[in-house]
Amino acid sequence: MTSIFSPDGKQTACTIIEAGPNVVTQVKSKDTDGYSALQLAFGDKKEKHATKGDINHFAKAQTAPKRFVKEFRDYSLDKNLGETVTVDIFTEGEDVEVVGTSKGKGFQGVVKRHGFSGVGEQSHGQHDRQRAPGSVGGSSYPSRVFKGMRMAGRMGGDRVKVKGLKVVKIFPEKNYILVTGSVPGHNGSIVLIQK
Amino acid sequence: MNAAVQFVHEQLSSKKEFPKFKAGDNITVNYKIVEGGKERIQSFRGDVLKTQGTGATATFTVRKISDGIGVERVFPFFSPNIDSVQLNKVGKVRRARLFYLRERSGKSARIKEKRF
Repeated sequence: MTSIFSPDGKQTACTIIEAGPNVVTQVKSKDTDGYSALQLAFGDKKEKHATKGDINHFAKAQTAPKRFVKEFRDYSLDKNLGETVTVDIFTEGEDVEVVGTSKGKGFQGVVKRHGFSGVGEQSHGQHDRQRAPGSVGGSSYPSRVFKGMRMAGRMGGDRVKVKGLKVVKIFPEKNYILVTGSVPGHNGSIVLIQK
Repeated sequence: MNAAVQFVHEQLSSKKEFPKFKAGDNITVNYKIVEGGKERIQSFRGDVLKTQGTGATATFTVRKISDGIGVERVFPFFSPNIDSVQLNKVGKVRRARLFYLRERSGKSARIKEKRF
């Protein structure tokens, strides 16, 4: 992440995303596949790591084997096999949504995971209850724990969508776009940008 | 710094000529403020407590004693509101973060000047 300044001195936090160029590796149409979609691929892979199926599939689009492949249903742009989708599809100032996988936090308690406030106070004879979840099911009624009760467990590593981010700047020579705010995931992770 | 961050920083940040300063130095920061629709320049003179961060997010903290009350201000290095920075004194200090100055006052809060 980095930040930019407006002329009047306001600082805005920004994230740099390397967007593309994504190669169209397959065009699915209603006649042949039952639905229309575009398969885009990003990031080169060494030929020795690619399977023969990979190599042949990407050879149809006349590109090297790619690491990440994603299909987009009913893509709004009309593209042919082997063409690329680049940062040119974005304009500065428009709103985008970014989808990614959030950072894994491991096994976390309810205070961090679900925003519980813990039980009781810190003083007045109390101890050991500050980050506890409290009662999960009464003894006489319901005398069981309801399904879906929020408890401690694995946190993070989920698919997360962030809405309302703005494209601040586009660098076509490096395929970078600069969006406001933060996006899910660690540095260098793969994200999806939706308009 | 990450190569992408470096690239964007070089493209977007305006080049600024500051004297080189570090924690312990006494500087005057002249910054622009907007008052009733008019812009004017105000100065803030004090000791640098720390400089932190890299690239566009780098900041420095200046502390001064105003009417017996300690006042600290954090300035981003690349803020367009900073007009200029003057280096008044180079301090002789042993650390990069001078937070111990906050607990001190009067004589013990002084920083020795480095003479060349």
